[in-house]
Amino acid sequence: MSVSSPSRPATAGPFIDFESHDSCLEIEGLSLAYAGKAALSELTLKVPRHRVTAFIGPSGCGKSTLLRALNRLHDLNEEVDFSGRILLDGQDIHAPEVAVSELRRRVGMVFQMPNPFPMSIYDNVAFGLRLQGGMRKRQMDDIVEWALSSAALWHEVKDRLRASAWSLSGGQQQRLVIARTLAVRPEVLLLDEPASALDPISTLKIEELIRNLKTQLTLVLVTHNMQQAARVSDYTAFLQEGELVEYGATDTLFTNPRLARTENYITGRMA
Amino acid sequence: MKGLTAPRWFAGRARLPRGEGPWPWLVAGSVALSLLMLLALVLLLAVRGLGHFWPSPVALVSLEDGSQLAGVKVREERRFDGAGSEWLLRTANRDLEGGIWQWVAVDAIESVSHPQDLVVMSRTRWGDFIGRLVALEDASGNQQEQAAWNAFEARLAEIQALRDERDRLRGDVVLPLVRRLERGLDSEARERLAAANARIRGLQRQMIGETLILESADGQRLAQPIEQVLRAWRPNAMSLPDKLGAWSRGVWRFLSEGPRAANTGGGVWPAIFGTVLMVLLMSVLVTPFGVLAGIYLNEVAHQGRLTRVVRIAVRNLAGVPSIVYGVFGLGVFVHGIGGTLDTWFFSDQLPSPTFGTGGLLWASLTLALLTLPVVIVATEEGLARVPEHQREGALALGATRLEMLARVVLPMTVPAMLTGVILAVARAAGEVAPLMLVGVAKLAPQVPVDGDFPFLHLDRKFMHLGYHIFDVAFHGGDVQAAMPLVYATALLLVLVILVLNLTAIFLRHHLKMRHVALPRH
Repeated sequence: MSVSSPSRPATAGPFIDFESHDSCLEIEGLSLAYAGKAALSELTLKVPRHRVTAFIGPSGCGKSTLLRALNRLHDLNEEVDFSGRILLDGQDIHAPEVAVSELRRRVGMVFQMPNPFPMSIYDNVAFGLRLQGGMRKRQMDDIVEWALSSAALWHEVKDRLRASAWSLSGGQQQRLVIARTLAVRPEVLLLDEPASALDPISTLKIEELIRNLKTQLTLVLVTHNMQQAARVSDYTAFLQEGELVEYGATDTLFTNPRLARTENYITGRMA
Repeated sequence: MKGLTAPRWFAGRARLPRGEGPWPWLVAGSVALSLLMLLALVLLLAVRGLGHFWPSPVALVSLEDGSQLAGVKVREERRFDGAGSEWLLRTANRDLEGGIWQWVAVDAIESVSHPQDLVVMSRTRWGDFIGRLVALEDASGNQQEQAAWNAFEARLAEIQALRDERDRLRGDVVLPLVRRLERGLDSEARERLAAANARIRGLQRQMIGETLILESADGQRLAQPIEQVLRAWRPNAMSLPDKLGAWSRGVWRFLSEGPRAANTGGGVWPAIFGTVLMVLLMSVLVTPFGVLAGIYLNEVAHQGRLTRVVRIAVRNLAGVPSIVYGVFGLGVFVHGIGGTLDTWFFSDQLPSPTFGTGGLLWASLTLALLTLPVVIVATEEGLARVPEHQREGALALGATRLEMLARVVLPMTVPAMLTGVILAVARAAGEVAPLMLVGVAKLAPQVPVDGDFPFLHLDRKFMHLGYHIFDVAFHGGDVQAAMPLVYATALLLVLVILVLNLTAIFLRHHLKMRHVALPRH
């Protein structure tokens, strides 16, 4: 993987334009309607590689919808209409030659509610690997250890890999889910409010993990918590009513937003 | 107003909140009442049913007019005209008296005693005998008093061994041979059958010999061929351990033997076996269909109007009276499919039907159909309870919908499916009405599993505890005598259902424990 640092845009603007080899995901004119009701309209933005990008905005602004679109989770729902393109490394993820399961392996997702499967800790992490099949036990053991270490969980669970995943605490469960996702070596990790169901200590651990993980992959974070976005993300996109209002480097967006709407939201003056 | 509060002695034990008015009492009261009724049900069945096997003392009743009679006191009742009360005595001796019950006015009783030499005998003809053993006669002479009793007991054990051997020969040798002969001419089988029959005749000759001279309480004498006596005991002379032993042997005989005397005596083993086998077969048939249908309805089908209609229809099917399923089974399974099978594969045996008559397979299928809605609904509910984020978690790892179902959703649904099967078993095991149309038999002493190919005989008729209760209670000649058997069989049916359910619950519990302490969300 090429690791290249994207250049900071000189001025804060509503949209940032990276060099295309620096952007991992490109969203072009994405509109999405759910049961005839518009959820996203004409969204265009690029997600930089090996950075943490946060989507913030009030409830119902479409940030989670956008995140789920990146993973094609809307495929499940027959009532969703969309137009526009999403490119992963330059390839349209809706192209007929893209297998949705392969896409989801490359674009992993972690949900708000920790959702370990009702299996052992080991089996949870090995779940994605077993789906791919054809792996030796030793190799699988190694990957499980690596994934759990990457998710900063290995030392807490190494002696009880065969215990039920549901015996872990909420914060551990969420890190287990991250490890499970990491095990299949995704290029992008989507995090949908990963810490909102956790206590402060667990939240800190998850945030630290997010910061560490960007050396390995591209992260996209949806969060309600603006302090969190400010703490962990490099870039922040502010969405409102399905539109992208402002997108820029996190420091700039939070300290010197270009638009009054953004400022009102981040300072808490928005109704 | 202060309202009702729990009494002091109660406060520490149950958490009945104080000062909440009558509500805690109302709900706790209904629970207590329900439990009480259940307890009463089980107790009634247990006392009446199990008491039947207890060797009750025999009373020798002397009446004021000088006559005597011996019998087991069953109960005491007030006379209709209010003039005192009466005892109901089971005096047996149908061959001497014409009946086995006697009502005796309490006022007419002069004295009651329990002499130790009173004998109760269970016989193959004429039912029980109650009276005295006077003498044992054989070719060489006769013995009397205690010597007669001792010789009689020894000889009885001998005859029982012969009888067991004969029954074993009949069941294991003769019957399979007869079946083989039914299928076609077979000279070897014919020879073996003749040999076995000769052996049986030999055994039966060995049983014959002595004659018992018996005397009833009122002095009538009777010559009783010894081979017709099954068991004999002197209840008044038995100690408590003796009685306990006799009682447990009686219970064991009830559980392990086939019925005799048109179901008014003997045991219910074929019925237990038939019930359990039928329920197991039913579970094996209903589980895959019900589970697959539930998966289809909840996971695969487009959730539109048609699916909703199907779902409502399935739920309503659960409420269709079971006899309707019986009629359907008779029409479609027995006559339709069974009749067709007969014309295709068993045409050489027509007009005597093979599958075109009620049998184990059709009964299991009918009950599977009857319980299908229960399993479908339970499966669907289990699937609906799997949180959406579990499914998304699997999909987000690149699982296809099938992989998601097979590896995450279905394992989480297994306990719910087993709950469905438990409910199905509970319903099927107690169902009698449809069975009468599709394969249950009043008497089928041969259980449908034996050493004869193909070992499990799906075309055979079978006995069922529920139907056995019905048959014993209403089709026997003597309701009074049948009631203890009815209670005992009912208790047994309850126990069998309990065991079947406990097995399924144990299974469910075991599967649940495989992964989890407790779900956190």
